[in-house]
Amino acid sequence: MTGIETISGTPRNLARRKFVDKLMISLCVIAGIITILPLLYIFFFTTKSGLSSLNLDFFTQLPKPVGEEGGGMANAIVGSLILIGLGSIIGIPVGILAGIYVSEYSGSLTATLVKFTTDVLSGIPSIIIGIFAYGIIVLPMQRFSALAGGFALGILMIPTITKITEEMLRLVPQTLREASLALGVSRWKTTLFVVVKTASSGIITGILLAIARAAGETAPLLFTSFGNSFWQSSIDQPMAALPLQIFAYAISPYEDWHRQAWAGAFVLILLVFVVNLIVRYVTRNKFESSV
Amino acid sequence: MLHETSSNPLSDQQENPEDVSSIDIQDSEEHEKESKIAVQTECLSVFFNERPALKDINLKIRKNRVTAIIGPSGCGKSTFLRSLNLMHEMTPKSKVLGSIKIHGNDITESNAVDVRKNVGMVFQKPNPFPSMSIFENVVAGLRLNGNNKKSELEEIVERNLTHAGLWDEVKDRLKSPAVSLSGGQQQRLCIARTIAVNPEIILMDEPTSALDPISTAKIEELIYNFKDEYSIIIVTHNMQQAARVSDFTAFLYLGKLIEFSKTRRMFTNPRERLTEEYVTGKFG
Repeated sequence: MTGIETISGTPRNLARRKFVDKLMISLCVIAGIITILPLLYIFFFTTKSGLSSLNLDFFTQLPKPVGEEGGGMANAIVGSLILIGLGSIIGIPVGILAGIYVSEYSGSLTATLVKFTTDVLSGIPSIIIGIFAYGIIVLPMQRFSALAGGFALGILMIPTITKITEEMLRLVPQTLREASLALGVSRWKTTLFVVVKTASSGIITGILLAIARAAGETAPLLFTSFGNSFWQSSIDQPMAALPLQIFAYAISPYEDWHRQAWAGAFVLILLVFVVNLIVRYVTRNKFESSV
Repeated sequence: MLHETSSNPLSDQQENPEDVSSIDIQDSEEHEKESKIAVQTECLSVFFNERPALKDINLKIRKNRVTAIIGPSGCGKSTFLRSLNLMHEMTPKSKVLGSIKIHGNDITESNAVDVRKNVGMVFQKPNPFPSMSIFENVVAGLRLNGNNKKSELEEIVERNLTHAGLWDEVKDRLKSPAVSLSGGQQQRLCIARTIAVNPEIILMDEPTSALDPISTAKIEELIYNFKDEYSIIIVTHNMQQAARVSDFTAFLYLGKLIEFSKTRRMFTNPRERLTEEYVTGKFG
């Protein structure tokens, strides 16, 4: 009797195991719900408060002075797009090339150094990046500018893009590189037209994620792009941006501005959401066509 | 040269014990044109991390013949093959010593890109470019080197796919992704891709080890038909395959060349005891 019990486990022991099993699964489910809740909450509230304040004027009008009804954030929306564009011009090429270097020329001391540096860079608070841009561009130019803001966003984008590019290139089988080289194709053409092309959808995912992240950044713009209540298209001048405008309006004491801030937050989330949808679409495509 | 085969009473076949490196001279069946040398290695040694993987290989590989390289795992078969198109340049901490002459020219100091245009390679696992269509795969080598004339490429695609025995199966879906083909078709596509750049020598690194028997038979047939145009060096684990497709066989063991002779001889009457033990399955 005792022998059988040791083999199959005593009933008490079995009950304890089942309990622990259930407990762990419940903990996982709870953690999962906790992850979803903030997003749902944010989504619900920004939609509820933002959607009602949203109208055509919001997309076409400049901000009105306090007390005047209406007005919009057209300049901030355009400003955000310009800042993201500037950031992309800096962040995307540098990020991709650095990723290629780390992946394709790994083993060298410099490649290891670049890898380590981007890892550290991705952990640096965005406000510090803002201070860096302030010191390197705003101070010498003696004024806030979109250029400084774009520069800060670009620096922020680099580690994300580098990391994802590197990981995607590492997923490309070595035998594809060899197949191309064996055809008498030079190494740079192999890297660009075979390796990077094979990994392109993954790299695009990385770029879109970096853009989505940069679009919502406020801290690095505070003392670089600074904000502006008027139309501004020269990049050497202070420029409005959605997150900055939301920040300025949300801490103001005026009810009308609060509503505008909600609308801005809604548009910003929508923007990030759309970018994320594109990401999903691109990755989905990737798994359908290859592998 | 010596033509002592006819006067040698000991040999019941047309070959006699030859020196490993000078088999070509004594083969009476071949006339002058055919017995040209495609690849000749002298004292070829390859080191990885200062450890020798290949030691002093002296081989003369005939033009327009199929040469099989056999031997147990880790004996240096692939290492030998990959040294012929300078692929070791990609491996960090590798060192290649000795000379490799292709049609008389030492390639060890040449530009790898130029060498590889002349020495194509087919790999163990089919590796078509997944980002490209069937059509694009065939012309990848030409396109990436700047040939972009559409009409010319179309003709090249048809000719090479036909040559690789794949045209009839894919002619209606040249635009489909190459990875949509079956494994055997992919490997024939890779062969079409290799011959599209017009190499004189084709290296094959266990080209059928990932394929089913029917696909394997198709590839072996291709190898047989290719002899007129190309010199083929094939690494294989499969001794029956070596016996079926090759004219000459080299047996490598622990990085050394043990024996090199006509395939028929190698499998019926090997000179070395080690070779006999290997081909009869006593080890390996």
